Amino acid sequence: MDPRKSEKIAFFILRFCGLIVVLPLVMILVFLIVKGLPGISLEFLMHGPKMGLREGGIFPAIVGTVLLVALAIIIALPLGLACAIYMNEYARDNWFTRLIRLSIVNLAGVPSVVFGLFGLGLFVIFLKFGASVLSGAITLAFLILPVVITASEEALLSVPQSFREAALALGSTRLQTIKTIVLPNALPGVLTGAILGISRAAGETAPILFTVAAFYLPHLPRSVFDQVMALPYHLYIISTQVPGVPEEVKYGTALVLVVLVFSLNLAAIIVRNRIRKRRAW
Amino acid sequence: MNSNNVLTTEISVKSLDIHYGDFQALNNVSIEIPKNRITALIGPSGCGKSTFLRTLNRMNDLIKNVRIGGEVLFEGKSVLGPEVDVVELRKRIGMVFQKPNPFPMSIFNNVAYGPRIHRLAASRSELEETVERSLRAAALWEEVRDKLKQSALALSGGQQQRLCIARLLAVKPDVLLMDEPCSALDPIATLRIEELMQSLKDRYTIIIVTHNMQQAARVSNLTAFFLNGEIIEHGATDVIFTKPRIKQTEDYITGRFG
Repeated sequence: MDPRKSEKIAFFILRFCGLIVVLPLVMILVFLIVKGLPGISLEFLMHGPKMGLREGGIFPAIVGTVLLVALAIIIALPLGLACAIYMNEYARDNWFTRLIRLSIVNLAGVPSVVFGLFGLGLFVIFLKFGASVLSGAITLAFLILPVVITASEEALLSVPQSFREAALALGSTRLQTIKTIVLPNALPGVLTGAILGISRAAGETAPILFTVAAFYLPHLPRSVFDQVMALPYHLYIISTQVPGVPEEVKYGTALVLVVLVFSLNLAAIIVRNRIRKRRAW
Repeated sequence: MNSNNVLTTEISVKSLDIHYGDFQALNNVSIEIPKNRITALIGPSGCGKSTFLRTLNRMNDLIKNVRIGGEVLFEGKSVLGPEVDVVELRKRIGMVFQKPNPFPMSIFNNVAYGPRIHRLAASRSELEETVERSLRAAALWEEVRDKLKQSALALSGGQQQRLCIARLLAVKPDVLLMDEPCSALDPIATLRIEELMQSLKDRYTIIIVTHNMQQAARVSNLTAFFLNGEIIEHGATDVIFTKPRIKQTEDYITGRFG
């Protein structure tokens, strides 16, 4: 065939593949907006469910999810960042760092329902935290740890070695170099990782299934040892466990969850782009 | 002791060997570096000059699988060995790198970095004095006095390199190690750095690695010629460049290889 012709055909096919990738996302969004938007109102967002979850709102589930992911990231970020700093700034390539890296890769590959079972066994039963915000948040923290560590390590790696050399040659200790030079320049990248971790945690159902999520709770949690409702689990039960829930309540709940996750991802992208623009090296 | 004829030894290197894994980077290097003079290290790429330089302030510590033998004395005390206070050593033996590497912060904060981490200034005004004095000593003050709060990364390459020198002077070192400080700069910026070196040598001991023969001849009092990890010949610069004793030195400085 004429090479110019095959070039055109190849270009067309590749472009088509690109379109196929975009299409499902757009379809999901349009579908959710069309079906869910009528269900969304101030009442829906600000009040609890009524009439056996068939009416009312999803306020407790929103609060529960926000609470869970906030606590999860408060646990995962310091731990993950410290781990990344240890591997990238202090430890050399040895058996221990290789073990950590292997653990991270495998941790990322563990199915989320296994995290749920693990959380049930360790936090709920063995440590006697019960089904609670604390159990759920720690379980979610383990789930997002790989994301946080990987993003933190990338952020640390992106800080030029010449900055570290300059600081060390001026007589800073490694800790001073990390505090004054490395972390300030890595922070935006670390935050991007944190936001991606939050959005991952917000959407997960399986890890909270056995560790925290409540079918229905008329009140908001009073401590980290209380159960909460959470958006993904609430969506699961009104879709499968409760008969006669109106369509717009189901799709409205889904829309709120998706918008929450998307806006977190969007925030991560905006933060990342702002760093790229500001970065002059 | 520091009259023109009598040279005090600042750094004394005896039988220094350095291996990176199986590769021998330096082999039995011995040299005395005199105080308040400019010593140039010349030689082809990969001959060990930079390795030598980075041994003096222990920057080789950052590289793994490095083995060091022999002795390096700074003011009579060993700089090798695990018991040496590397922070104190690097404070007194500062380094300027090949590529200007100012921190991504303001000009002021760059120069104030060292005094801050070493707590050299008791007050804000003292810190400001130190910054001004260092920038003046690095011949940069007049150009940046009105934009101290601006990012150092907005400066030209030559200005950035002088800023790095100012940043170094602010921690009050005794020795300045310069690792090809002009290789990333244009001829005019290079000339300014060379003038600066001349103005600094009364107060500092300077060791400069350079690939530029004219630069070594122009700025240095002493020259050491490195080849394959060994010092082939060293001595007064005018002697090395006019009457080298060894054929390889002559071949290198006349541009026949390297």
